Amino acid sequence: MFEPRIVAFCCHYCAYSAADLAGSMRLQYAPNIRVVEMPCSGTIDARVILAAFEDGADGVYVAGCLEGDCHFLKGNFRAKKRVHYVKKLLDDIGLGGERLEFYNLSAAMGTRFAEIANEMTERIKNLGPSPLKAKEVAGA
Amino acid sequence: MIVAEQKPFAEIAGFVADCNKILVAGCLGCVAVCLAGGEKETEILAAALRMHRRLQGKPLETVTYTATRQCDPEYVDAMADLVKDVDAVVSLACGVGVQYIAERYPDKWVVPALNTRFAGGSVAQGVWEERCGLCGECILHKTGGICPIIRCSKSLLNGPCGGSQYGKCEISKDVPCAWQLIYDRMKALGRLEWLLEYQPPKDWSKSRDGGPRKAVREDATI
Repeated sequence: MFEPRIVAFCCHYCAYSAADLAGSMRLQYAPNIRVVEMPCSGTIDARVILAAFEDGADGVYVAGCLEGDCHFLKGNFRAKKRVHYVKKLLDDIGLGGERLEFYNLSAAMGTRFAEIANEMTERIKNLGPSPLKAKEVAGA
Repeated sequence: MIVAEQKPFAEIAGFVADCNKILVAGCLGCVAVCLAGGEKETEILAAALRMHRRLQGKPLETVTYTATRQCDPEYVDAMADLVKDVDAVVSLACGVGVQYIAERYPDKWVVPALNTRFAGGSVAQGVWEERCGLCGECILHKTGGICPIIRCSKSLLNGPCGGSQYGKCEISKDVPCAWQLIYDRMKALGRLEWLLEYQPPKDWSKSRDGGPRKAVREDATI
């Protein structure tokens, strides 16, 4: 059974706190998520997303605050644009932009955090392992 | 600055399809400022090419280097150690940088990752516009600091033409009429009489007409 490895870049002010809340609420969600805390989703860089995929991630998502609620005003809008840019690049590369996603949520949305984790895990399970990994295994 | 844009990814990948190891060379000059070929874009392109090739089952090794400027021989010399054992160099500089690397390393396959667009500047974050036609003889003192050579669609020296409508050029409602801008500015400066002076046909021999141009400053030569 394929268990995807998914990297979740989470904003300190919303998604990361929502993850804490999900834990406090004792919510069960897919254990495939590896959370990386960020000072703001707007600090996300295309190089970091590509590095995650190159180093074996099957999926990546960036989670920022609800629109209009960014602690740094526009960081989440910038992150969303950058994620869309990288999705297009992943299509060009041949890996597929659907392995990358951007989500908006607030610190109070623990349930939504768990939902997103499950949603993304399900999506990547349907897509299968990253073809980059498959090539690596075949080449090894 | 020189404004450039990255070529489509598939085109760049095609240039190095038969290579096993490449140098991806960025430039910290103009193309870094216009977010086309600086250190960050160099790393992104290298990662994208590596992943693309791994997916094709033909792994590609990449080396990256970002020169202070690719349009100065000393910085192009500095990448000699990296160039020697690669099959190709992908340059993220403007056309000048690509040519400098090709001239310096005549036995290397050197390809451009960018399309060099124009001489301009940023008008907002992420937006650049053409401002200079590189015509070789500046007349901005006669036109209120607005260049009719590049900003007037017809490069008129005695404008505007009949295609100026409500301040816009007839080619597009998004393009302001340069001569309207010139008129408005000269009026605001109280220098409208300067526009009464007839401008004779431009001497294009100082532009591209005479073949590739050269500039020499004797006091700076060694």
